[in-house]
Amino acid sequence: MTVAPVMTQTEPRAVLSARGLGKDFAGFTAVNNVDLDVEHARIHALIGPNGAGKTTVFNLLTKFLQPTRGKITLLGQDITRTKPDKVARMGLVRSFQISAVFPHLTVRENVKVALQRPAGLAVQFWKPLSALDRLNARADELIDHLGLTPYRDHRAADLSYGRKRVLEIATTLALDPQVLLLDEPMAGMGQEDVRMVADIIRDVAQTRAVLMVEHNLNVVADICHHVTVLQRGEIIATGDYATVSADPRVRTAYMGTEE
Amino acid sequence: MSGKSEPIATEQIAVHPRSGWIRLALLAVIAAALLLAPQFLYPIFLMKLLAFGLFAAAFNLLLGYTGLLSFGHAAFFGGAAYFTAHAVKVWGWPPEAGILLGVLGAAALGLVMGAIAIRRQGIYFAMITLALSQMFFFFCLQAGFTHGEDGIQSVPRGRLFGLFDLSDTMTMYYFVLAVFILGLLIIWRFVNSPFGMILKSIRENEQRAISLGYSVSRYKLGAFVMSAALAGLAGGVKALIFQFATLTDVSWQMSGEVILMTLLGGIGTLAGPVVGAGLVVTLQNYLATSDFPVTIITGVVFMVCVLVFRRGLIGEFFASKLGRKIGFRAEN
Repeated sequence: MTVAPVMTQTEPRAVLSARGLGKDFAGFTAVNNVDLDVEHARIHALIGPNGAGKTTVFNLLTKFLQPTRGKITLLGQDITRTKPDKVARMGLVRSFQISAVFPHLTVRENVKVALQRPAGLAVQFWKPLSALDRLNARADELIDHLGLTPYRDHRAADLSYGRKRVLEIATTLALDPQVLLLDEPMAGMGQEDVRMVADIIRDVAQTRAVLMVEHNLNVVADICHHVTVLQRGEIIATGDYATVSADPRVRTAYMGTEE
Repeated sequence: MSGKSEPIATEQIAVHPRSGWIRLALLAVIAAALLLAPQFLYPIFLMKLLAFGLFAAAFNLLLGYTGLLSFGHAAFFGGAAYFTAHAVKVWGWPPEAGILLGVLGAAALGLVMGAIAIRRQGIYFAMITLALSQMFFFFCLQAGFTHGEDGIQSVPRGRLFGLFDLSDTMTMYYFVLAVFILGLLIIWRFVNSPFGMILKSIRENEQRAISLGYSVSRYKLGAFVMSAALAGLAGGVKALIFQFATLTDVSWQMSGEVILMTLLGGIGTLAGPVVGAGLVVTLQNYLATSDFPVTIITGVVFMVCVLVFRRGLIGEFFASKLGRKIGFRAEN
């Protein structure tokens, strides 16, 4: 009796794609002609100097902004005109540059808010809050996985900056998304937290696609499979870190100097 | 949306170990007071307090728990009063059916007004609700069944479920008290429910709620309709208490008054708006017979409250050392 061989490396499969993406703000072109393919089980970094349009690209991909030009597909479906909450329900979940937690809810409640909708427990206005108790086990599992157990009953507002970001990742993971968009997940974190979050991202990317904006180039070199460099709203280089960092245009644009 | 997350963490106050009992005792005292009150005070006045208390609590469901400032709630309150009065007087419906019609009518109005208004935020939302309620005011002024300036007069109270004669003042009082308690229980459940949790998260960080897949406008609309329906419950009952429905109840001044009541008592608490309504109605009642100009006095009281008690009377009490010791918590 033979067992089918385990596929160790699946073909790269683009789960989120953009073609010719562009956005104008009152005559100013913030993003122009961006082609992007985010692949399953890969970490894709979006880097570039300040004002390059990285966050705008994020807002376009997650539909918080409506693109002026171009087309976006998620898991084979055209989402160019889809609303942001619908996109989230389809499996594309983002984090924000400024940590997005619900400040006056506890850590556990923050995670449970994300769990409520998939569990079909979001519209019951006639049920007591204890109806949400059955989400506790899953919430605690996520909290434990991200090392937040000691803070489970603290209000999110009372957490340190780094832990707020970790909580945000926990909340995002609660939705079990196919594609994660992380906007500067490590900004403002201490060295130890950066290590931990990098490990978490590497771990979750085994079964998901991750696109992240990140300024910490050590982290990008360390965990990202693919790097796209943006400057003044346009892509100037794309490829693995070694290729991109060797590109003279990137060296001028991103590093600001020609060494 | 703004990151309104300034930590209001003050020094930790240990909640008294028997705080649950203290709150229960407090509730019992209030319940006893409400049951016995008509023995000592004019029942019609008390019923007015209860009706406006419920109205303000319904309004606060939107302002305090959803973060939406509506400037058009008189349309639901006064509209329901017309619907109930018309059904009971002209169609001869029993009071419970008349009130139900008022509630459903207010909810339907809320659905239409809400669906239009929630597309905008902040001051624009308030202005749209004001404009729509003014349109409804002019509809009531012109429509035949409302009898324009005269209003619908001498509305019969009828027999509740065919059993209780509501023309008896005491029976009517206990009916209104029961409706009031029911309304507050509905609000309490609504706020402390899975739905209420999502509302709270939307109020805390709307963008994040969207990114978690919540269709924010539907939740806001749900809260708007619920608030309108409960305002309608208060309006329908009011029509039976006073036995008339007039343009006063759909005017923009009424929309302003309920905002005043809610802010005076404290938004984001269940008791605050009720206390605020009590204060305003009492002032109006006692000043009506004196030479003092009522609006100036209530205006001054409002200014003092805004300057001294930022969280409103009940809000300040809940946030005080004593309040926190007893285990009260105000919504931020």
